[in-house]
Amino acid sequence: MMDLRELYQDIILDHGRHPRNFRKIEHPTHSAQGHNPLCGDRVTVYVALDGDRIADVSFQGRGCAISTAAASLMTEVLKGKTVPEARALFAQFHSRVTGAEPGAGLPEPLGEEMDRLEPLTGVKAYPARVKCATLSWHALEAALKGSGATVKTE
Amino acid sequence: MRPANLRGIYPGAPTLPSPASGGAPGRPPAKAGVPGVGRGFDPEILKREFPIFANNPDLVFLDSAASAQKPRSVIDGTADYYRTDYANVHRGVYRLSARSTELYEEARDKVRRFLNAADRREIVFVRNTTEAINLVAQSWGPAFLREGDEVLISELEHHSNIVPWQLLRDRVGIRLVVTPIDATGGLDLAAFESRLSPRTRLVAMTHVANATGTVVPVDRVVELAHRHRTKVLIDGSQAAPRLPVDVQALGCDFYAFTGHKVYGPTGIGVLYGPFDLLSAMPPYQGGGEMILHVSFEKTEYQEPPHRFEAGTPDIAGAIGLGLALDFIEGLGRENNLEHEEALTGYGVDRLSQISGLRLLGAGQRRLGILSFDVEGVHPHDVSQVLDQHQVAVRAGHHCAQPLMERLGLAGTTRASLGVYNDEADIDRLAEALEAVQEVFNR
Repeated sequence: MMDLRELYQDIILDHGRHPRNFRKIEHPTHSAQGHNPLCGDRVTVYVALDGDRIADVSFQGRGCAISTAAASLMTEVLKGKTVPEARALFAQFHSRVTGAEPGAGLPEPLGEEMDRLEPLTGVKAYPARVKCATLSWHALEAALKGSGATVKTE
Repeated sequence: MRPANLRGIYPGAPTLPSPASGGAPGRPPAKAGVPGVGRGFDPEILKREFPIFANNPDLVFLDSAASAQKPRSVIDGTADYYRTDYANVHRGVYRLSARSTELYEEARDKVRRFLNAADRREIVFVRNTTEAINLVAQSWGPAFLREGDEVLISELEHHSNIVPWQLLRDRVGIRLVVTPIDATGGLDLAAFESRLSPRTRLVAMTHVANATGTVVPVDRVVELAHRHRTKVLIDGSQAAPRLPVDVQALGCDFYAFTGHKVYGPTGIGVLYGPFDLLSAMPPYQGGGEMILHVSFEKTEYQEPPHRFEAGTPDIAGAIGLGLALDFIEGLGRENNLEHEEALTGYGVDRLSQISGLRLLGAGQRRLGILSFDVEGVHPHDVSQVLDQHQVAVRAGHHCAQPLMERLGLAGTTRASLGVYNDEADIDRLAEALEAVQEVFNR
């Protein structure tokens, strides 16, 4: 069995305790809720797009250390990215946390951002926790699609 | 630290007889071979009766409130039934079907004894507690309730004792009234009494709350409700495995429990109701088994309980439930209660020593369930660390979201006890909780 410290790395505990961009954007261009009915965790992701570029992104909600850190790190890496870049990062992140074969590599600047998300990939050893790491990303996707509906992990 | 001897757990209980002994070959054992009858019991020895522990030697199982592990007598007895006596029940002329029917109906007798119901016809087999409550809500509800009538539940309820009444509200227009807990986590009896109105037709309440372990004084609840000519349904999911239940002494109108929490199989549960009341209720589902005569114009229904058992029932489940009840009776229900109480007390003492851990209040009396909050650590993270230490607990809202909202918590970590648990299990839990602190407060 994997050492728990690989799951709960310092950076995850730090972002779990002190989440970045943990606030509401007053006039978001997009927002959506994510809900994990299994644990009752909820997250709302707010996005302010400037054209195709993410000018600001934030979140609010309550969740475990993994889901809070994942949301926090997500907002950090996404700021300034374009929507297609955000989607490419999510696709790569998703395959990394689920242990699926990684798709094509990311262009260099995105690769660095992916490295920042690396600490979260420890969840792939704990299938029940993968949803914690991806909840905010699913909410982001729903926000960008503009469906406005709450996305659920179940 | 080991405290003084635990009341109710007596070391040196006799060695167990071999698993399926006692029954004639090819028959489910009539009585489970359980240790220490009349002498209390030793969980150390009892653990050997539960094969799960042989197959998971380091497991500390503290999730019996979600579902209990199964003793050998239930596992083997159910398999034996399929091997030697299986056929569909009722109406079969051939001997095997008669034998199967006999075993199925024998299980009903065992449930009658377990609840001390007056009449075997008062025992309806259902899938689980949830189905039992839905049966009452969908059969008794529309037949006896009108718009504006009130169903009174408490803040302690599991979703299964909330949602069926909401469905009934949407269908019939009843009002769903919620009575609060007090500051200690117990049922506020004064508030309860004040919410009983001339329109209250049913009180539906848990006996032991699954999220907190609060023992509700259901005898007082029944007394007060009956003074208002209000019927009472008790959700006994957590009580049946822990407390002796006597529905006649209690005087309740419905009592529901599920098999898998009393060490029986999944898929089988029980609704108890007095025969006259059940007889006045229309069928819940239609089909075979529940009819007397069917023509395309009209159908005459069977009497209870068969009226409510449409279709081929979970025959093996019922038989397995009977074996599980034999098992508990074999231990002695007072002994079982004594064990649960002593170990609950030990758990409260042990967990109270852990800094940053807050036990949820359970009012005047707590039984078998320790629900707690670890400051600054989400319950899922707590249970992740506990799992690493082979300690199985539950984390989250425990299907009691309104209660969690009321307590201002997203969820809790819940350790719950069974007959096989002992002080060493609680000690392992406490040690693992200290490891939680190490991981998250480094």
